[in-house]
Amino acid sequence: MFRRVLIANRGEIARRVIRACRSLGIETVAIHSEADSQAPHVREADRSVAIGPAPARESYLDANKILAAAAETGADALHPGYGFLSENADFADAARGAGIAFIGPPSRAIRAMGDKAEARRRMQAAGVPVTPGTGVVADADEAASAASRIGYPVMIKASAGGGGIGMVPCENETELRKGYVTATGRAKASFGDGSVYLERLVHGARHVEIQLAADSRGDVVHLFERECSVQRRHQKVLEETPAPGLARDVRDAMGEAAIRAARAIDYENVGTVEYLVAPDGAFYFMEMNTRLQVEHPVTEATTGVDLVALQIRLAAGEPLGLSQVGLRQQGHAIELRLYAEDPVKGFLPSPGTVTRLVWPEAPWLRIDSGIESGTKVTPFYDPLLAKLIVFGDDREQAIDRARTVIGGVVVEGVRTNAPLLARVLEDPAFRRGELAIHYLSQLLGRS
Amino acid sequence: MATPVEAQITGSVWKIEKAVGDALAEGDVIMILESMKMEIPVEAPASGRLSEIRVEEGQSIEEGAVLAMID
Repeated sequence: MFRRVLIANRGEIARRVIRACRSLGIETVAIHSEADSQAPHVREADRSVAIGPAPARESYLDANKILAAAAETGADALHPGYGFLSENADFADAARGAGIAFIGPPSRAIRAMGDKAEARRRMQAAGVPVTPGTGVVADADEAASAASRIGYPVMIKASAGGGGIGMVPCENETELRKGYVTATGRAKASFGDGSVYLERLVHGARHVEIQLAADSRGDVVHLFERECSVQRRHQKVLEETPAPGLARDVRDAMGEAAIRAARAIDYENVGTVEYLVAPDGAFYFMEMNTRLQVEHPVTEATTGVDLVALQIRLAAGEPLGLSQVGLRQQGHAIELRLYAEDPVKGFLPSPGTVTRLVWPEAPWLRIDSGIESGTKVTPFYDPLLAKLIVFGDDREQAIDRARTVIGGVVVEGVRTNAPLLARVLEDPAFRRGELAIHYLSQLLGRS
Repeated sequence: MATPVEAQITGSVWKIEKAVGDALAEGDVIMILESMKMEIPVEAPASGRLSEIRVEEGQSIEEGAVLAMID
């Protein structure tokens, strides 16, 4: 087992990894930018290293500085968290090359899934359903002829992309030709690679993902699904498990296909296969995230598996210690993502200093927070303040408890999306489990 | 009368899209701000001519700061 783990991240996830390390008796090293010198994760770690100015590219995205901090503090492993360098295969290689274990999958698996067009091809070959679509298209003419073959509407996606960046929906050829220029430009600006491909849009689809775990001996299990359809601009807002109304046979088939996907690329460690699920139950591979997901706690709450501790144990070469038949889901869990966004001003970011903070307390409530009273929320990083994870015996109880929780949260000094979360939890359609990716835009459109 | 163009948010200036002297229609994007990994376009609040740009790309700005002036 590792002796000292450096956490190459910040906010709530850095604190989450510190807790997991502590439970395994491992020392922790935090890194921080100048803007985060007073952040909770810095104080909670056994040691901390300042690695640079506030902008992420000069600190949390600077691989050389992070690896130097690991060497300086004698860390024998590194946990990348999510975002930042967590899906950067070169970073994983550089860490391993320096004798520091990267707590994540092999870099070949990161590369295989990082190229989205290539990932589609490999998944298809492994018998994982994908939406009708193309490989990388060379120009607008090729895109137009491919789109007429696949059938409109289509989505243009960046091959090097993720997180919805560079995605352009198109209803017809005019939109497609215009969208091609937009999408390639955005892809080039965001990822340094303008390659794009097309996928047919699935009407009324939900976003449901499967949690995977795999060890170096080739054992792979899935830890069931997470329903992630409640999102705004491709940013998830609320996740839950089990997915309401998802037929058991569909859910099982999604899990089995996710295991095939993992085996096809010799996956190790934890990872997530994201699917689109059509109203008729047909499901299609969207992408695989080769890292810990933000919403991992709902899986932990219903399976009893500590996914972060599992990541660390797997990276240290330990066997999975889980069998598919032995895994069970119990109860229902909902995660509410509290963002520093102002719902009154069209969800604009709302940086500031948290002047007062009150979290509700209950035995069925878990709060993974990156803030405390007095924390300065800066404009340099993503707007996630905290995750409120509510457990119930069933969905109805979990929703009722979540309503109580969101009503009891007090955050002053920054504006938050709490009113939006409350509105979702009160919405009859949400309560009926009528979910699709367009759910939130429709709910907001009704106001 | 000159119209100030103010920042709606605290963040930084990511990209300036217009130059001093450019003719603007109301709603034209003058620059793009960045905050919390979001890009926020700054639109011209009125038609006119861009007479002054008071910020540079990469500069940090506070909510309410005057970014530019339109004549």
